[in-house]
Amino acid sequence: MSLAAQVIAQTGDELKNAAAAEGAGFAYGLAAIGPGIGIGYLVGQAVQAMARQPESAGQVQTTMFLGVAFTEALALIGFVVFILLKFA
Amino acid sequence: MTADNPLTQRLEGPAPVMEVAKDLVRRTALLAPVAIAVGALIWQTPGAASVAYGIAIVMANFMLAAAMLAWAGRISFAAMGAAAMFGFLIRLGLIFLAVLIVKDQPWIEMLPLGLTLIISHLGILFWEMRYISATLAHPGLKPSPKLPIHQSASDSPVENEPQGAA
Repeated sequence: MSLAAQVIAQTGDELKNAAAAEGAGFAYGLAAIGPGIGIGYLVGQAVQAMARQPESAGQVQTTMFLGVAFTEALALIGFVVFILLKFA
Repeated sequence: MTADNPLTQRLEGPAPVMEVAKDLVRRTALLAPVAIAVGALIWQTPGAASVAYGIAIVMANFMLAAAMLAWAGRISFAAMGAAAMFGFLIRLGLIFLAVLIVKDQPWIEMLPLGLTLIISHLGILFWEMRYISATLAHPGLKPSPKLPIHQSASDSPVENEPQGAA
């Protein structure tokens, strides 16, 4: 293989790795924004509900916990895309 | 200060989120052997190890989330909100760390690990949600496999055996 071909091949590999790293970072970062907003809204409303009606705090907390876990699943999907792009 | 100030109010008594988390972990433990067997069938030994590791991460994530909420709930509702937000970040970081530690190990496969994280997390949540929805809709209803059935007011209770059983 000529030197030029080696350089092109090496640059191509580096470009591919750089694009994969960039894509992985974007996937993880963007995937964490949505759930962050969602959890913030959810928890804010739940805290308000518990403060207004402390007698139903147990039910609200249970529902909130499930909501947080469901919302977190979105971030987990982004994380899995990240590890598959970066490490697989 | 108003009566509904979230900075001063706190949760008394046992935390219901810990019960939910324990239930989630119990259900995950029930499904774990099947998931590990599927992982072993498709990806052999590394697949089984990766699935087991993924399930352990999901269980720890649920327990940690519930423990943080329960602990903060005893301080104040506002602290619980903060714990939910920062707990989300902390737990994402911990999951990242847990994967980073094992990424170069020969017994780990990234695809089954990633799939396990998503599928077990969502699957167990949907399973638990059905139960919680039922208990919220009918608070007194606690389904069990063997409930006594009264055929009429005067009859003695009989066990609820599956149809066709001897």
